[in-house]
Amino acid sequence: MREHATRPIGGSAAASRRRRLRLPLGIASIAVLLAACGDAEQNALDPAGPFAQAPHDLIIPVAAIALFVFILVQGLIIYSVIKFRTRPDDDGSLPAQVHGNTRLEIFWTVIPAVILAVIAVPTVQGIFDIMDEPDEDFLTVEVIGHRWWFEYYYPDFDIYTANEIVIPVGTPVRLEMTAADPARSPDQGVLHSFWIPRLAGKQDMVPGQTTFLNIQADEPGRFLGQCAEYCGLSHANMRARAVAMDQADFDTWVEQQMTPAAVPDEGTLAAQGRELYHDLGDNRPACASCHQVWEDGSRGPNVGPDLTHLFSRQEFVGAIRDLDEENLRAWLLDPNSVKPMQYDTPNQIGMPNLDLTDEELDALVAYLMTLDPS
Amino acid sequence: MSSTEVEHKGYSGRPRAQSGFTAWLTTTDHKKIGIMYFFTVLVFFFLGGAESGLIRAQLAQAEQSLLTEEIYNQVFTMHGITMVFLVVMPLSAAFFNYLIPLMIGARDVAFPRLNAFSYWVYLFGGIFLYTSFFLGGAPNGSWVGYAPLSLDSVSNMAYYAVGLQILGVSSLAAAVNFIVTILNMRAPGMTFMRMPVFIWMALVTNFLLLFALPIIAVALFMLHADAVLGAQFFNPATGGDPILWQHLFWLFGHPEVYIMILPAMGIVSEILPVGSRKPLFGYAAVVFAGAAIGFIGFGVWAHHMFTSAIGPVARSAFALSTMFIAVPTGIKIFNWVFTMWGGKLRFTTPMLFSIGFISMFTIGGLSGVTHAIVPHNAQQHDTYYVVAHFHYVLFGGALFGLIAGIYFWFPKVTGKMMSEKLGKMHFWTWLLGFNLTFGPMHMSGLLGQPRRTAVLPGELGSTVELYNLLSSLGFVVLFFSALVFLYNLITSIKSGEASGDDPWDARTLEWLTPSPTPFHNFDVIPTVTHRDEFWHRKYAEDESGRAIPVPAGASEDHDEAGAHDEHIHMPDPSYWPLVQTLGFFPLGYGLVYLNWWLIGIGITWLVVGMYGWIIEPVAEGDDDDPVDDQHDATAPTAAAH
Repeated sequence: MREHATRPIGGSAAASRRRRLRLPLGIASIAVLLAACGDAEQNALDPAGPFAQAPHDLIIPVAAIALFVFILVQGLIIYSVIKFRTRPDDDGSLPAQVHGNTRLEIFWTVIPAVILAVIAVPTVQGIFDIMDEPDEDFLTVEVIGHRWWFEYYYPDFDIYTANEIVIPVGTPVRLEMTAADPARSPDQGVLHSFWIPRLAGKQDMVPGQTTFLNIQADEPGRFLGQCAEYCGLSHANMRARAVAMDQADFDTWVEQQMTPAAVPDEGTLAAQGRELYHDLGDNRPACASCHQVWEDGSRGPNVGPDLTHLFSRQEFVGAIRDLDEENLRAWLLDPNSVKPMQYDTPNQIGMPNLDLTDEELDALVAYLMTLDPS
Repeated sequence: MSSTEVEHKGYSGRPRAQSGFTAWLTTTDHKKIGIMYFFTVLVFFFLGGAESGLIRAQLAQAEQSLLTEEIYNQVFTMHGITMVFLVVMPLSAAFFNYLIPLMIGARDVAFPRLNAFSYWVYLFGGIFLYTSFFLGGAPNGSWVGYAPLSLDSVSNMAYYAVGLQILGVSSLAAAVNFIVTILNMRAPGMTFMRMPVFIWMALVTNFLLLFALPIIAVALFMLHADAVLGAQFFNPATGGDPILWQHLFWLFGHPEVYIMILPAMGIVSEILPVGSRKPLFGYAAVVFAGAAIGFIGFGVWAHHMFTSAIGPVARSAFALSTMFIAVPTGIKIFNWVFTMWGGKLRFTTPMLFSIGFISMFTIGGLSGVTHAIVPHNAQQHDTYYVVAHFHYVLFGGALFGLIAGIYFWFPKVTGKMMSEKLGKMHFWTWLLGFNLTFGPMHMSGLLGQPRRTAVLPGELGSTVELYNLLSSLGFVVLFFSALVFLYNLITSIKSGEASGDDPWDARTLEWLTPSPTPFHNFDVIPTVTHRDEFWHRKYAEDESGRAIPVPAGASEDHDEAGAHDEHIHMPDPSYWPLVQTLGFFPLGYGLVYLNWWLIGIGITWLVVGMYGWIIEPVAEGDDDDPVDDQHDATAPTAAAH
């Protein structure tokens, strides 16, 4: 069990590191090579659930065979190079002119074929096992890939959230995935791929189709992931975070998420912010035209991330930044400097620059920070 | 234009120059065209290398922003397109051009003007693609052009659709040309099983091109129609299917992988026997393995799509076919190793690069087998592990083999040697830089680094960061290594040591003629009685079966003296391939910007060019054309004697 899995805030250092040149690594850091990869949050070699463990168990023996063949072939090459080099005292005569050997040809045709046939059996078995519906009871979460963030919908609870997918420990979660739907978004939809290496391999998300992926975490923790299918401008900034909680904590989370957002008291700065949220004026698009803060009535999806319980999440902006006041201000002031968007192109994708005044910014941030169920 | 031009019937004169600038523009000589391919590739190689330098600079440390996402995405897209379509493929074409006629004992390719046409289309296609940088931005939808992102006008993929289409015309014309040449123009006695392995691999490669290029051509037409004309083939919003693009692309794209590697395999199969002073071990096995790879290569495409929207049955089937193709590949590797076994190895630069090829390609092959473990492929796919894999195949494989070929046939082309000292320096730094760049990527990928991301996130950890730094340092080594090569190339062309006609004690027909190769290749078309014909003219077996040199002039069966009077028929130079090909510019830009005037001009230009080509008179006189003997006196061949 690696320490970062239980660390309360996984990506805490991300924000300050972003877009800042770091001091060049010295030769001394070669020593890090020898150290464990303890801080590698997307380590595919460190499975934390059965759907990552099964492929891992499959690849290890194959890697061992590959290593054996590698040593064999490179050994033969090195041996030949040393043994059969032309020596300084060579008499200039030709070596024996061997044209081939049928037995050897059969040998190195059949042996690899047999090895591969042996590998093929568990591979095919594994393909079906991992794609099938889990045998036990599972939780279903719908995942929608947008440019450039992941949306999650829990049909059992009618919960919408973004960037962070919250799952109960020890329960298989079946993701029903697709990419953005032009019916409700200017994003016409492109391919994405959902990948949280420590929980499962990746699966592409295709607009207009549904694909499935099983994930499961066997321990509480925060697991980092990344969109793995190139999806345009901010592909690099489309990250995912799975938050695995004990069942009791998960139940509490579900309860909180099913509660409508509280409306701030009249006359407060937050109340001003709430008004701006619904109407910015000056022909600027209102936050509410793309986002949703669910206060009453029915919930539904919207163009941008659902903000109802924004501050129940620890990361935002495609999970590339920690969610705190400072980062939120930077984001609202100039989204493109945090994560390049295509709002100004014919695509009209992403967060626009709203040209907020300082007062508007203060009020909006004050309001958004009240969206905290705890 | 030569002043000795004789008046002919016809509508336009025909250029006659055999030297000077005009000669290069109008040449139909396969050797000149091969040389032009080579130098054009060199330019694009440094452009593609500069792009990789930008990538490595950006990823040298975590969270850097030397390049914006917008620029980075253009750079990695153009790096892929350049290295695949403008470097590795045409570098193979350079070898095909120069060597196929020489190795089969012919005086040129079957369709010399079509050959020139292929080159000019390639050059202009490459220039066309690169002008996009100055006309609103280069394509940024990645070299695989996955829909629906590629339909998005912001991704500028119209240049990709049209540019690759133009380059495809070049490759398709060349493929037809080389296939016909190999099938029809072999010297008397050169049966299929006497053909050099390089010729075999060229034949397989060009058949792959012939069958694979129409697939991508259709796909690119559809993409262009979607992106520019508003068709809906791949757009899911209106019922199109984005996965269809992936199937079409990889139906071409996987054979394409073998199109890039097989020529290098052929080159190495020629160099290893020469460097080991032994014949190739298991000639038939190597040939059939190459052909098998060509066939199976059409049945593995969906292994690029294991994480796409395909079901478990398809995943299983393609896992099996992918494992299957490892078998013939393994056969080749073992045969190469056993070619060295028991030989007397001479570690010349071409031999070093060939041995490097086997060694590095094996690594790429083995990581390829791990991709076939589909459940784990879902962890590897689109990470730097895959980037490492295909660079071991295409750089450690194809490029090492092709560079070996450059050193090996340089004396054939120039009559001079490249510096062995600089060549060895090039090899060792190249090997080091290559492994330093791409070796660590295996690990950074498994540790979670996705490809095509403009930023290396700090969360991936200090180990991943270190691996990336090593990769970037590796690039620096490769850069200086490439400069050593360039310096060696230029100085050797200017003042290399004279090589003589047969500097390596080689085995195949191209070395039968003087170096540099005369215009008409062979004074007399040789009659072939053996595989490795040239070697058998130099060596015979004594009573105990040991090979011994044949005394000079003692070769039997090859008394071709007296045949010197034979009429040497050589292709005439022509303006038309160049002139006609220029029409691709208006057509290309017209298609990208949907300007019907430009499209009209382009099509008219191409059609007029085609007619000019058809009605062009023959300078020397056709075989069907009763011409008097005086033409021979002014024919270009006569001048070259």
